Amino acid sequence: MTRAFLEIENLARRFPGSDGELTVFENASFTIEKGEFVCIIGHSGCGKSTIMNVLAGLDAPSEGHVFMDGIEVAGPSLDRGVVFQNYSLLPWLSALHNVTFAVRSRWPGWDKDKVREHSYRYLKMVGLGDGAELRKPSQLSGGMRQRVSIARAFAIQPKLLLLDEPFGALDALTRGTIQDELVKICDATRQTVFMITHDVDEAILLADRILLMTNGPYARIAESVKVELTHPRERSTIIHDPGYYRIRNHLVDFLVRRSKELAGVVSDTDTPSVTSTTPVEVNPAVAAADPPTANNVGAAKA
Amino acid sequence: MLQSLNARATLLSIALLLFMLGIWEFANHPPSADKPLTEYEILMGGADQEARVPAPSEIIGRAVEELSDPFYDAGPNDKGIGIQLAYSIYRVLAGYFLAALLAIPFGFLIGMSPLMYKAMNPFIQVLRPISPLAWMPLALFIIKDSETSSIFVIFICSIWPMLINTAFGVANVRRDWINVARTHELSSLRTALTVILPAAAPTILTGMRISIGIAWLVIVAAEMLVGGTGIGYYVWNEWNNLDLTSVIFSILMIGVVGMLLDLALSYATRLVQYEE
Ligand SMILES: Nc1ncnc2c1ncn2[C@@H]1O[C@H](COP(=O)(O)OP(=O)(O)O)[C@@H](O)[C@H]1O
Ligand SMILES: [Mg+2]
Repeated sequence: MTRAFLEIENLARRFPGSDGELTVFENASFTIEKGEFVCIIGHSGCGKSTIMNVLAGLDAPSEGHVFMDGIEVAGPSLDRGVVFQNYSLLPWLSALHNVTFAVRSRWPGWDKDKVREHSYRYLKMVGLGDGAELRKPSQLSGGMRQRVSIARAFAIQPKLLLLDEPFGALDALTRGTIQDELVKICDATRQTVFMITHDVDEAILLADRILLMTNGPYARIAESVKVELTHPRERSTIIHDPGYYRIRNHLVDFLVRRSKELAGVVSDTDTPSVTSTTPVEVNPAVAAADPPTANNVGAAKA
Repeated sequence: MLQSLNARATLLSIALLLFMLGIWEFANHPPSADKPLTEYEILMGGADQEARVPAPSEIIGRAVEELSDPFYDAGPNDKGIGIQLAYSIYRVLAGYFLAALLAIPFGFLIGMSPLMYKAMNPFIQVLRPISPLAWMPLALFIIKDSETSSIFVIFICSIWPMLINTAFGVANVRRDWINVARTHELSSLRTALTVILPAAAPTILTGMRISIGIAWLVIVAAEMLVGGTGIGYYVWNEWNNLDLTSVIFSILMIGVVGMLLDLALSYATRLVQYEE
C-alpha cells in the first residue's frame, strides 16, 4: 500500500479546563497528496488553528498521529512553512530581513549575496520591491505585510505550506489580488498547501479539496469535498462553470445548517469505527443538479 | 509647529530660570548694602556669613572658578570637582556594569523558565526592598575596603530593576515570535539572541535606565558614609567647611551628571525600540 504524502490518523486535541477537559476536536483522520491544495472550512472557534498547530508540530496532539513522507511529525520543522493568522513578522527587522532570516536558517551555508538574491526573488514573486522591502513591518500596509509573510514561507521551499486564514484581515480588493497571486504561484510550483479559511469563494478558487469541520467542542471533520474545476482558475471565468454553484451551495448549506446539526456528537468510547473517523467524500460538481442536501451525502456514501 | 513649540518652550525655560535666579539674588543681598554694619557685624568681619544662603552670582563665580581647573589635586581634602566626579562615575559604572553582567543573563534564565521564576521570586521580593546603604556595614566587614564596598553597594542597588525587567521582558515575548523561531528550527541560543533579545530589548533597557538613576542617587549617600573621595564626600566635606557656595555648586553638578547618564540610556533605549 502506498502511503499518502501527509497522513493524519485519529487526531484529537483536548485542553485541561477549569470544569473538566475541553475536547476541541477528535477522531480527525484525513490525507493530503503531494501537490494538493486543501482548504479547511469551519465556524470560528471550531478548532482549525488547533489542528494546524498540531500539523506544524508547534503543538502535540492528545491522541493520534501525523505522518509526513512516512515520518511522524514530532516538533516544528523547516519542511513545514507556516503563515500565521496575524502575519507574525519580526517588527524590528525590515521586510527583506524577515525573509533573509528564514532563508539563512534554511541554508546556513549560503553566503550573504546568495541569501539576498534568493530573498529578493521571493519578494518580487509576491510583488514587493522598489524600496518597500527595506521598510519595517509597522510601515507597511496589512496587504504588504501578508505578502512578506507569504514570501518568507515560500522562500524556505517547504514540503508543506500551512496557511492560517491568511487573508482574513485584508480588505476585499487586496484579498482578491493576493489570492490571484497565490493561485499563480501554486500552479507554477505545485506546492502542497493546507489552508484554513472561512471564505467559501476563496476556498473554491484555490482548493483541490475542501475539508468541512463541524462546530466544536468535539468537532469532527465531517466531509471532504472535491473541487472539480479546471486549472488554471480565474475569478472571472470560474463562476460560469456549472459545477461552481453546486459546490458553493453545498458548502454554504454545510456552514449554515449541517455544521450545527452534526456538532457535539460525543463518540461512544466503544465504537470509534473507521467509517466514523474518515470524512465522507463528496463531489458536488458532478452530482445530480438537485439541491445539495441529504441526497448528495447519501449518494456519496452509497 | 513642533519647531516653534520647542523654541517657545526653550524661551519659557530661560525666562523662568532668570526670574527665579533674580528673586534669589535680590532676596539674598547682604543687609550691608542699605544700612551700616552694626558693631557686632564689623567684629565678625562683615555680614553674618553662616546664616545666609549664597546668591546665584556667588555660585556662578564658584562654578567658573572650579570648572576652569576641574582636575587639580592638592591633597586628600582639596581635589578638583572633576576628579571627585570622576571617582563617583567610575564607582557607579563599575558596580552598574557588574550588575548588568549578572542581571541580564540571570534575568533571561528566570524569564525563560517558569520554574526558575517561581523559585527565585521569594528571594527577589525580600532582597529588593532593602535599602542599598543597609548593606554597607556588612560589605565593609567582609570586603574590608571602602572603595570596593561602595562599588558593591552600587552593584546591589542596580541589579534589581535590570533583573526584574529582563525577566519580565523575556517572559512576555509574543508567543508568535517564539513560534516563528521554532518553525525555523532555530537553536535555543540563536532563538535567545536573534528573537528574544531584540524583542525584550526595550524592556531590558528601561530597567537599565531605572538602575543607572538609582545608582547615581545611591553613590552620593554611600560616599558621604565612607568618605575619602567622590562627589558625595565632596558635598559633605564642603558642608563641614561651611562652604555653602561649594555645596550648592556640587548639588548642581550631581544633577547635571545624573541627567547626562539618563540621556545616554534613553538614547540607547531609542536605538532598540521597535514599533509593532
Ligand atoms: N491553549 C489553549 N488552552 C485552552 N483552550 C484552547 C487553547 N487553544 C485553543 N483553545 C480552544 O480551542 C477552541 C478552538 O480554537 P481555535 O483552534 O483557535 O479555533 P479556530 O481557529 O477554528 O477559530 C476554542 O474554543 C479555544 O478556546
Ligand atoms: Mg483560528
